[in-house]
Amino acid sequence: MMQERTLNALVLAGLIAIPLFAYVTDEPFTITLATRTVILAMAAVGLNIALGLGGLVSLGHAVFFGLGGYAMGLLAYHAQTYTPLMEVPFLIEGTKSMPVIWLVAVIVSAFAALIIGYLSLRTSGGYFIMITLAFGQMFFFFAISWSAYGGEDGLSIYVRNGFPGLNTLDPIQFYAICLTLLAIVLWFASRLACSPFGLALNAARQSPDRVRAMGLDPFRLRLVAFVVSGAITGLAGALFADLNRFVSPAMFSWQMSGEIMILIILGGTGRLYGPVLGAIVFVTLEHTLGDISDYWLIFLGLLLLAVVLFAKGGLIGALSSRRTAHG
Amino acid sequence: MSLVLIAEQVLNGLQFGVMLFLMAAGLSLIFGVMGLINLAHGSLYMIGAFCAAAVAGATGSFVLALMAALAGAAVAGALVEVLVIRRLYNKDHLDQVLATFALILIFSEGTRWLFGSFPLYLNVPDILSGPVTLPGGIQYPLYRLVLIGAGLAVAGGLFWLISKTRIGIQIRAGENDREMIAALGVDIGRLYTLVFALGAALAGLAGALVGAIQSVQVGMGEPVLILAFVVIVIGGIGSIKGAFLGALLVGLTNTLGGIFLPEALKLMIEPAAATSIGASLASMAIYILMAVVLVLKPTGLFGARA
Repeated sequence: MMQERTLNALVLAGLIAIPLFAYVTDEPFTITLATRTVILAMAAVGLNIALGLGGLVSLGHAVFFGLGGYAMGLLAYHAQTYTPLMEVPFLIEGTKSMPVIWLVAVIVSAFAALIIGYLSLRTSGGYFIMITLAFGQMFFFFAISWSAYGGEDGLSIYVRNGFPGLNTLDPIQFYAICLTLLAIVLWFASRLACSPFGLALNAARQSPDRVRAMGLDPFRLRLVAFVVSGAITGLAGALFADLNRFVSPAMFSWQMSGEIMILIILGGTGRLYGPVLGAIVFVTLEHTLGDISDYWLIFLGLLLLAVVLFAKGGLIGALSSRRTAHG
Repeated sequence: MSLVLIAEQVLNGLQFGVMLFLMAAGLSLIFGVMGLINLAHGSLYMIGAFCAAAVAGATGSFVLALMAALAGAAVAGALVEVLVIRRLYNKDHLDQVLATFALILIFSEGTRWLFGSFPLYLNVPDILSGPVTLPGGIQYPLYRLVLIGAGLAVAGGLFWLISKTRIGIQIRAGENDREMIAALGVDIGRLYTLVFALGAALAGLAGALVGAIQSVQVGMGEPVLILAFVVIVIGGIGSIKGAFLGALLVGLTNTLGGIFLPEALKLMIEPAAATSIGASLASMAIYILMAVVLVLKPTGLFGARA
């Protein structure tokens, strides 16, 4: 048993040490796996703001992941074919610059989260789950039928996008970018949780009526949380697409939404580092069990079932002295 | 755009709608009575289809195949209820979603392990294959007409079961106040298992019936499951009548949207663009319908509670 803070520090140290070790021993694939872990963790940190803090069980976060991915895909595709994205009413060119792509990914997914959140937050509980799932499917089918950008086959980007001053084709440099962004997002999420907004949101999850009696509107709190959450997941989507140099409708699929949610649960709901630890476990299982059996998802299913039925605090709950989140 | 084509598409939409109803009715009952979000309902649809395909392959009898689908899905449903679902009634929606998501992974990969990744085929029995001529000279596949008839018959049977029989009274009472009917001496645990198995059997039946016109493969259930969720959101949770009308609305919108949206757009913009934009819009039509219902009536068309 150890303090949750010690565990968090260990996780962060591991995320720095392991890829560095892989870099020294020249194992680029390990660095790629670590990058995948960090990006998935970021997507889950985004969802965790809505889910852990706000209590919003969104089964449609693949929408934002996919939108981030397609923001990257479209901009980079038009840059590599030297065709403008649109000419009327004003000219928009494609770009291969990561910061610009990130900004677009964040804005687009935040806007989508605003609309989806506005519609689905009118309901709660089981309805909310079904509706977010349905909106996810809507984007999935839209991406499949949008033949101008590859439809079902997706879009390939030949060269990874650039970041000023760095060589993003070098795995360890791209990893450094992703890890830095994850650190910023984690810092932001921790600040958010203890800000007045975070406290109000937490209260709205526990007792909406009391929050209403305090003169705050739970709907607006939740909507803002949903938008922030979607924007972060969108940023992760853009990075994920850049890692694979490929986007496809699979990023919008309901399985993707489920996977992002699994990461949070494996680690521990409502904990800052839960998604990070969950992502590490998920990618490790995917890699090791995936090598042993083609049907490794059965084992993931059994593990998930065991965590839900018997180990409510997730991995952090089992390892740290603070058993349950939200003290 | 002839009248015959429109009539055909309306029938296709009805056929799709009644099959969606079989899924949505079970989901809605389970949600209404037990308060459970069951993502694994699509797996039960798949299990029905696989049972039917396996039995039809071994015996060649379509009737036996359908019975196997009903029995297989009902048994799988009852087992899952006793082993896993029962522990979820008192937990929050997040746990229910995760546990049933885990069940999807287990069922899907287990089926892939047993049957392989290649789709199976379930043939329409000879006596039901081929077209029939309807009044007005419309040629329409007999099997699809039978599906509409079978779906309507099951819907009728379900209405009768819920409104007229003792078990139906218990189910409706369970929706309203589970403590009270437990206090009145109804074995609530057995009632829950029964409702779950009934929902599972309906899903399995739908899977087998639709499996004969589509391929039987792993992952076939989840797209239908999500459409059934849309049906429930539109119709209102816990209402069989709402599920029925919602299913027909979604079935018709989905089928007719694919035909009429591109045609309607051709009147406004150039044909090539109209076809591609129309196809994209049509794939989104039912979700837009859902969004409209949400704005106008967040509890669904027939829902009493939020």
